[in-house]
Order: sequence, then structure tokens, then C-alpha cells
Amino acid sequence: MSGRIHTIVALVENRPGVLNKIASKWRQRAFNIESLTVGHSEVPGLSRMTFTVDGAANDIEQVTKQLYKVIEVVKITDVTDDATVARELALIKVATTKENRSAIIEIVDVFRAKIVDVGTDSVVIEATGMEDKIDALVGMLTPYGLKELVRTGRVAMVRGGTPPLPEAPQNGAFHHYRSAGEGKPKVGSLI
Amino acid sequence: MTKISGAEIIMECLRKEGVDIIFGYPGGANLPMYDALHKYPDIKHVLVRHEQSAAHAADAYARVSGKAGVAWATSGPGATNLVTGIANAWMDSVPLVCITGQVVSWLLGRDGFQEADITGITIPIVKHNVLVLDVEDIAPAIAEAFHIATTGRPGPVLVDIPRDVQQALCEFEYPDKVDLPGYQPTYKGHPQQVKKAAQLIAESEKPLILAGHGVVIARAADELRELAEKAQIPVITTLLGLGGFPGTHELNMGMPGMHGMYWNNMGIQEADLVIGIGMRFDDRVTGALKDFAPNAKIVHIDIDPAEIGKNVKTLVPIVGDVKTVLQQLIPHVQPARHDAWRRWFADMRAKHPSIAIPETDKILPQYVIKSIYDASGPNAYYATGVGQHQMWAAQYFWGDNPYSFVTSGGLGTMGFEVPAAIGVQFARPKNTVWAFCGDGGFQMTMQELALCTEYELPIKFAIINNNYLGMVRQWQDTFYAGNKESVRMFQPDFVKIAEAMGITGIRVSDKSMVESSIEAALRHPGAVLIDFQVEEAEDCFPMMPPGVSLSDTIDQPAMRQPEFAR
Repeated sequence: MSGRIHTIVALVENRPGVLNKIASKWRQRAFNIESLTVGHSEVPGLSRMTFTVDGAANDIEQVTKQLYKVIEVVKITDVTDDATVARELALIKVATTKENRSAIIEIVDVFRAKIVDVGTDSVVIEATGMEDKIDALVGMLTPYGLKELVRTGRVAMVRGGTPPLPEAPQNGAFHHYRSAGEGKPKVGSLI
Repeated sequence: MTKISGAEIIMECLRKEGVDIIFGYPGGANLPMYDALHKYPDIKHVLVRHEQSAAHAADAYARVSGKAGVAWATSGPGATNLVTGIANAWMDSVPLVCITGQVVSWLLGRDGFQEADITGITIPIVKHNVLVLDVEDIAPAIAEAFHIATTGRPGPVLVDIPRDVQQALCEFEYPDKVDLPGYQPTYKGHPQQVKKAAQLIAESEKPLILAGHGVVIARAADELRELAEKAQIPVITTLLGLGGFPGTHELNMGMPGMHGMYWNNMGIQEADLVIGIGMRFDDRVTGALKDFAPNAKIVHIDIDPAEIGKNVKTLVPIVGDVKTVLQQLIPHVQPARHDAWRRWFADMRAKHPSIAIPETDKILPQYVIKSIYDASGPNAYYATGVGQHQMWAAQYFWGDNPYSFVTSGGLGTMGFEVPAAIGVQFARPKNTVWAFCGDGGFQMTMQELALCTEYELPIKFAIINNNYLGMVRQWQDTFYAGNKESVRMFQPDFVKIAEAMGITGIRVSDKSMVESSIEAALRHPGAVLIDFQVEEAEDCFPMMPPGVSLSDTIDQPAMRQPEFAR
């Protein structure tokens, strides 16, 4: 089913078990999710997920239709062919010595990344950008000794006008159940 | 307002939803629900002997009654025993609401006694499920469960409720409407698409309707008939669509597919327009997809957008409720005759009498099934298991009642027949209900026979006993060099089993007894089991071998001819 990398953005109700339900739909069709990010959206009670997956267009269309069947999925869009702003965040811990620290700082500056922590024998670099930029930065830093790397995976947003979202209910929350609300025990959570 | 327990709230919700019957089994984690039952005498509880049967019986009850079926089970093994029944309802789009007890909420995730993560387990086989952790959430959760189960493309919903939540107190308030922003089924077809479909019908010389379960579920048999008659289009009904178009109608061609009528499989390949209505182009219907209906444009009407283009490429998709879409479509359809095309079918049927029964002194299974249909009249209901007997039951069913043929289509669950017949009989207490049973599948759920005595259910069980797991045996003979492995098993004395369960048992080992035993069973006021000892090695034909195209369907091999000596 290999095709190209698709970016799928889903708006979902923040209820327990939702991630599990969504992951299950991808798994059933034997997709391997390349990256997944999830966090609150601008509407209270709704979270926004960004998936990147490798697949042929008709396979992706079938899975997005299946994902719509998850009751908590409010909206799902394949934005691969839309004009989007897409970014990921990386934290990179690189081994340093007194001698090479300035060379590393130079690389960081060129990539418009930041050094956010300095230790005696390492630095932590924060970088944002498209995957290829992060790849290139990591490639430049690898010879110095990569100690740890964490990448968030892609988040994406369509440029320009935004389609209207469902309005938030009066009480300012989307969840129907107090189980998932404030001040209630949360046995499961979205993640 | 006074506060009542979570368990009583469950009962109040069921009453609001018009539920009058629950199929269930008690246990530690749903005891509060059972404690509340006696306060609601208008809701009947049927105690099954295994939770799988609760789901199957509720499933069959739903198919016949048109209401959601309700099944109860306790936590852990009670809940996991429901799983096959839930999957069955999922595959066949049946509205089923399962309410399971769960261990107390503070034990969740700690592997408490009889804990199973049933919401996790059932994710791939439910339309929706939810674990309710607050007594105030029970009423909205159940309201949503019924709304989701019965609207759009129906399906099973599971509500899991810990015991302490069932015991907690709360005021009861039933939500008057359910608002789910992520669940807005489309009912009306796109007008432009509807016109395009009408145009394709007008241009077609060899149109064919493939009608499925959606016609039955949407209660759209009248609309389908109007459409077919207006443009004189032959109608093929899938296994689950049987009855959705009157079996006695001259335009009814019967079933297609792996064991469908030969003329239908050829007709699909010949057609220039296939109109799929409330069906999903299942592999048992289409054969090899690349060769399916090579000359046809395809119109696909279904309420589930995910079914469009899933298996076959569709020229005109119409997402919507079958009944609504057909009502939209019919006025645009021009009357037509299609005489030549209908003659093509008539010739094909004359040349290939797919379901002619050979003359023989042996008891052929198809002869038994046909005799039961002939003797039982138009008001009888039928439940089947899975395998050869199911295919014969489907081949010889030419009835007019859209809800009278209850079978496990998508999942193919052996053992479905016994609890399904029970569910059907509860939905139609005055009608004759036959269970067509395989000798293998019957042994999977035969413990439920006890219910016929306990609840005075006059079900007629016909075991089509060929002393084999017949369909597996047929495949071993056909595709595995006749290497019959694990298909013959020790069989109990079914007549004695019937008697032990308090019902009448008859053994039929001679052809002359077939009709008289059926008549005796129909006359008998109570439940009857007939053990029909049929020809062991009879194969089910026509047959389309797996993986090949409809064009390669084998109709009547030489071994089926009467002069062929075995």
C-alpha cells in the first residue's frame, strides 16, 4: 500500500478511549502511522490530531471514511494536497567539548534553532521546522555525537480562511459526560 | 425529585426507549441491575444459558421486530462471551444495545476478579462503546446508545457500567434529544446524483438490481418493488436481502454469489448497469473483483459513505437512506420493458435449473428444506446456522416477507440458529418459527433448547444432519484432495437431547417420513426437534470457487445428475 506521505488532520471530542478507537481503525487496515500529535484545539472539549501516514490515496480515503465512523470524530481532513503550514519540534542532545562547542553553536544559528540547555559535556538544542530541515540539522550534528533525540511529529494547518467549526455549547465544554469533565476522576484519558 | 439508583435509571431508560424484552445473564457485577428488574414488570427478562446466546437472540429479535435488541451480561467472562454476538451484529448492521456490568470503579485496571476491558476488547466490532464512571452519565449514555444503534447504518453499542455506579443514587432525567456533533448520518440522497442514476437506468438495456440488507433494514421493500416494476428491472437479492423483494415476484431472480443461482452470476457479468441498493459488494457476492460485472456501470446506494468505492469502483454513488433515496429516484425513472433482457434471464434459468432437486430415494438435504418451506406457509419465520444447510435454506427461500429469513451473513456464526430462533419467536409469538440447524453448529448452542420449555416457545428445530461439518467437508473434497480432516465427530442422540430438554424429538431416517414428520411438528403445539438424517456427501451447488470470477461458477457438475452412481 505504499504511496506517499499523507497528512491527516482530525478534530475529535476529548473523551476517554478516543485515541484507542482511532488507532484501531488504522490498525485494522494495516497502516503504520509515521507520526501522531494530539493536543487541545481552540474549542474547549475538542482536540486536534495530526497524523502522517504512508499510503495510496484510495486506501487513505477508505480509512478516513472509517475514521468518521468513530462517533467522537467531529471532522477529518486529508490536507496533503492543500496549502498548509506544517512544522515539527525536535529536542536534540548533542555531546560537546570545549573545542567544538562554538562549531555546534554556529550550526544551530544557521538552522535558526536554539540552545535551551547547556551541560558540561552536552547541549540541548530546540528546533522547529519541516521534517527535512530537522533531518538536515540532525545530520549536521550527528558527527559530534547524538546523545538523545525526540521529535514531535508533524502538526499542520491549512493556510488562509478557516472553515467554521461546530459551536461550543453554552457551558463551554463539548463533552457530554461528567466522567470526562473537570474535577471528575479520569480513569482513562484521551491518550 | 427523588433519587434512584443507577440500576433503576438503566431500567427507566429502557422503558423510555420502549424496550419490552432483555436477553441476559446475571453475575457479580450486574447484580444491582437484576435487583432493579422486579420493579419493572413490563420489561421481560429472558435468562439464556450462555451470554453469546443473549446477544444472538437480541440480534434476531431486532431484525424481526425492527426495534433495538437488548442484551445484558456481567463483567469479565460474561462480557467476553458476548463478543461473538456483538461481532455478528456488527457485520450484519443490527441495532443491538449491550449493557455490561463492570467491576467497581476503584478496581478498574487492577485486574480485579472478573475484570475484562470490554470497551477496549470490543472497539473494532461496535458502532460505539462507552465506560460510564458517573451515575449522572448513565441516562445520557443509554440515550446515545439507542440513538446510535438504531439510526444511520445500525449496529451494536456497548455500555459498560461498574457496579458501584449502578448502586450510586441520582435523580433521573432522560435527555429529550441526543446531540452528537461527530455523528450526523446522511438520509437524503444528493438530488443531482439521483438524477444521474435515473439517467443511467434510462440508457441501460440490461439493468440489474442487487438488493441487500439495507432494503430490509430501511423497510424499503415497497419502494424497491415500485422501482423494479416501473422499469421492469430484474432483482437479485443478497443472502441478507432475501425477502426484501417478494420471492414470488416474476422479477425476482434469487440470490447471487458463491452459492447463488447460476443465472444471476452470469447475469451480473452480462449486465450493462448494476444498481447496488443497501448492499456492500461482499466477496461472497462479487467473486474476484477485477472481473466483477465487466460490462456494467455501477450505481451504489448506501447509507454508509465508507461502503462507497470500498470494493468496486462506482460511477454514481448515492449516500443516503435506501427508502428515502428510492422515493427520490422513482419519479425520475422512466417506465421501460427490457423484454429482451428478461428473456435472457428466462432462457438462462431454463437451461441452468440451478436448484432442481434430483429424484432419489435418499433424503437429500435440499429436499428436506424445500419440504419445510412448502408445508409452513407464508407466515412462517426461519433462522439458520452457517454452512451447507444455510446455503440450501437461502437457495430455496422464495418468500415474500422481508423479515422472515434470519441468518448470520457477514460473520458466518455457526450456532446462531438456536438463539436466533428464540429471539424470533419472542418477536413473533404467534407465528411458526423454524430453526434450520447444522449438526455441527447445533452442538455449539444446543443448551438453549431448555428455554423452549421454560418460556413455552413452540420452535421447530430441523437438524440437517449429514454427520459432517458439511461445508468444510465439501471444501476438503474440492480443494484439499478429499482429505477429510476433523469434519466427522461423535454425535449425541439428538432425540434424547430434545427429550432431556423437555421438548419432542423425532428422528427421520427414511424419505417417506420427511413430509409426515414436518406436518406432525407443525401440528404439535410445543417445540419439536427433528433430526433429519440426510445424505452425507451431498455438495452444495451452484458453487463459485473462492478467488475466481462469477463467470467461473460451477452450476451442476455431473455428480449431481440422478443417473450418476456414487
